[in-house]
Amino acid sequence: MKLHINPKEGKPIYRQIMDQVKYLIASGRLSPGDELPTVRGLAQDLLINPNTVARAYRELEQAGILVTRQGAGTYVSTQGTPLSREACGRLLLERARALAAEAWHLGYRLEDTLSLLRRAHEEQQAEQHNDKEDTP
Amino acid sequence: MTEAAGLESVIEVRDLVRKFRRKQALAGVDITVPRGVVYGLVGENGAGKTTLLKHILGSLRAQSGSVRVFGMDPVKEPVAVLSQLGYLSEDRDIPGWMRVGEAIGYTQAFYPGWDEAYAESLRERFELDERAKIKTLSRGEKAKCGLLLALAYRPPLLVLDEPSSGLDPSARHDILEAIVRTVADEGRTVLFSSHLLDEVERVADVVAMIHRGKVVFEESLDSIKARHGRLLVSREEEDGPAPELPGLLHASGGGREWTLVCEGELDALRTEATARGLLVLEADTPSLEDVFLARVAPGKRKGTAS
Repeated sequence: MKLHINPKEGKPIYRQIMDQVKYLIASGRLSPGDELPTVRGLAQDLLINPNTVARAYRELEQAGILVTRQGAGTYVSTQGTPLSREACGRLLLERARALAAEAWHLGYRLEDTLSLLRRAHEEQQAEQHNDKEDTP
Repeated sequence: MTEAAGLESVIEVRDLVRKFRRKQALAGVDITVPRGVVYGLVGENGAGKTTLLKHILGSLRAQSGSVRVFGMDPVKEPVAVLSQLGYLSEDRDIPGWMRVGEAIGYTQAFYPGWDEAYAESLRERFELDERAKIKTLSRGEKAKCGLLLALAYRPPLLVLDEPSSGLDPSARHDILEAIVRTVADEGRTVLFSSHLLDEVERVADVVAMIHRGKVVFEESLDSIKARHGRLLVSREEEDGPAPELPGLLHASGGGREWTLVCEGELDALRTEATARGLLVLEADTPSLEDVFLARVAPGKRKGTAS
């Protein structure tokens, strides 16, 4: 599991961890049942306070995304799709705001931005299709 | 372990005042360092950080006010306090003629709790040559050597004065790692001063901001971030003074676009800015550096009375 922390970004570091774990799950790079690094291990790896990692794990656990088995580590939950529609919406809205701001800066009209989004979506669909063909 | 469990805080400084001739170095400082946290002391050069740390170490006596470390006065009970405290000074004062191995042996003699195996593992991790003379070491190696000497008796309190100052990324990495490892051990406490705010943001639980000998605020990093917001706004008018907003600490930019760092809850700030006819392009949580610059940077202050 590779996470990237940027203290200059402003977003609290525990939220950066939470969002990235959610993305890794949503993109399939972390699967249900996968084990996460220990709090200490991840803190040392990212050079951040262990309490911050513990808080991110705790909140992900409360949201039903991770489960901690006493003395046996932290795992991605196997209970269905843990990200509620609402949580996904919040994550995407944040990205959409950034995109809208960027487009506005560059003088793009909404229709042009939307057609770029459509193109990115098509590219991504094609890529997934290719991935499926590759695996026997 | 149990004898310390009853103590709520490791360090308590109350109304500490220090004058050097005419200069007021500390003008009534209060800080409380709870056990088991990483406590970051931030402020500009000359704000009073090192003077405060010297009082905590007992190398300066309080002119008025009080300093308690593990419940003791470090000036009256230096041995009891210093035996529980590992210290890395800003100028890493280890005698230059000593070899690394000698400095380790010399320091070991003062501490009954010295962990020889731990010292050796740190020396290997930091890639320090036992036979090298201190004066031949690079800045980074000197800092690592000082850190080894401060850590090897596993003190319950680690005090670091500007540990990363002037160091290359590899030495900075080792210093940060040492802080993270130290506090990962149950109940150990780290107090460090730094002007590298992204490092403070990485590792600190609690942050105290010192400005002109006074504590501007002392609170958890989470709460500092939760009560500040940063907006990027755009307005119709091409020119004129910075837009006004309740809680505004600092405005930068010009023309149509402005970045506003404000005290206040983010959604409320967004609503307020929109109500004032500003187009909010971005609204997010400021970094500690943004908050610091907005509050204490000289010449960059917005004229909101404090």
